[in-house]
Amino acid sequence: MRRVRVIPVIMIDSGRAVVTRRFSKPVYVGDPINSIKIFNDKEVDELVILDITDKKKQKEPDFKLIEKMASESFMPLAYGGHVTRITEAERLINCGIEKISFNTSLFAHPDVVRELSYRNGKQSVIASLDVKKNWWGQYEVKTRNGKQGVGKNLEAIVKQVLDLGVGEIFLNSIDRDGALAGYDEILVGIVARQSNVPVIACGGACTICDFVNAIKIAKASAVAAGAMFFFKGGFNAVLVNYPDQRTLTTELYTNLG
Amino acid sequence: MVAIVDYGVGNLMAIQNIIKKVGGNSVIASDPAIIQQAERIILPGVGSFGYCMERLTKQDLIPVLQEEVFGNKKKILGLCVGAQMMTEESEEGGSRGLGWVQAKTIKFDEAKVPILPHMEWTDVRFKNYTSLGRGFEEGGRFYFVHSYHFEFYQARQVLATAHFGYDFACVFQRENIFGVQFHPEKSHRFGMRLFENFLSL
Repeated sequence: MRRVRVIPVIMIDSGRAVVTRRFSKPVYVGDPINSIKIFNDKEVDELVILDITDKKKQKEPDFKLIEKMASESFMPLAYGGHVTRITEAERLINCGIEKISFNTSLFAHPDVVRELSYRNGKQSVIASLDVKKNWWGQYEVKTRNGKQGVGKNLEAIVKQVLDLGVGEIFLNSIDRDGALAGYDEILVGIVARQSNVPVIACGGACTICDFVNAIKIAKASAVAAGAMFFFKGGFNAVLVNYPDQRTLTTELYTNLG
Repeated sequence: MVAIVDYGVGNLMAIQNIIKKVGGNSVIASDPAIIQQAERIILPGVGSFGYCMERLTKQDLIPVLQEEVFGNKKKILGLCVGAQMMTEESEEGGSRGLGWVQAKTIKFDEAKVPILPHMEWTDVRFKNYTSLGRGFEEGGRFYFVHSYHFEFYQARQVLATAHFGYDFACVFQRENIFGVQFHPEKSHRFGMRLFENFLSL
């Protein structure tokens, strides 16, 4: 039986865990250390931690918080946010982080991405692409928390980041962020077809059926979700949750063919 | 005391964290004198085989490891590329390994696997439930990240296999030399169990 990774995403805004909707309106969902402890107890496959704190308020990763998070977790950890120097990336790895996820720095500091890939191996580098449909229905890659366009078409950007030596693509649909309406399978399909490294689908997941579709139809290698794992029964009740192994086996793994 | 060999590669803090979690004592060691004092040794490794061998050679740690493993028969556990380095050679860059076990490291047959690297949690089946396999009667689930795997000449040194496209060896033992392809330090209670087993051997 082949397993695929099901990855909760913890977003951090000024030291607080939040869930956003279309990259805005952050809703407080708890203390990040507490969230990570619960996910650890639930034996999740992997965690992606994204610090979305405005760069006017924070210039570098919150190493203290990250080290504390890493010491509590016995699963692979990816971290993204405010990494602009190789020394910061290596310090994160020394804190116990496996993978550094780059977004704005893919374009602003490509040399840092390339250097980390060379020194620590491709598996330690994730390209995090935030994608939004424009007025004409075309996909646009955004940086700086979805605020700024990169100004090239999606395919060209995927090629560009693969050439930097990234080991995975974390593909986040801004339009589906927090929407609990399923993944944008067309978007995932376009990137997965073009990518020779694993693509992690993110943005919109609500049910395990969404995971099956992202993998089986859109050919993602792994699936990630934020809101789905923080809310139970719509947006009203915060309850950290994650499917157990039996549910994942019967509803996901055995349906992958 | 377990010495986690520090040659500038790998997530050493994660290994130290999990050893502490299972009640063991470890020290991150780049100094041969500390490795000599330790009862057991862990040889980590991530990234490329050639780069890891180069670092280990440059840090001049191979002589002390050889002496502790073959002269003093200390138990050593290789993790991921740390375990691959114990084989004779790797197809990754055509580099020579330490040659401690009769095996080589080969690339996954790309025609038979869905994607590379194999970056997934995968079930590990032990052939028997002694040594590193103690307590894994119901199998274990471990986190893997690799594009190359061990290829043993003698099946008896293989303690466990996993399946990705096809079955491959993922845990080995030759006397006091142990290796695992996966990352037990990132594999929840299954990894804790494995470290407990290694520490009680």
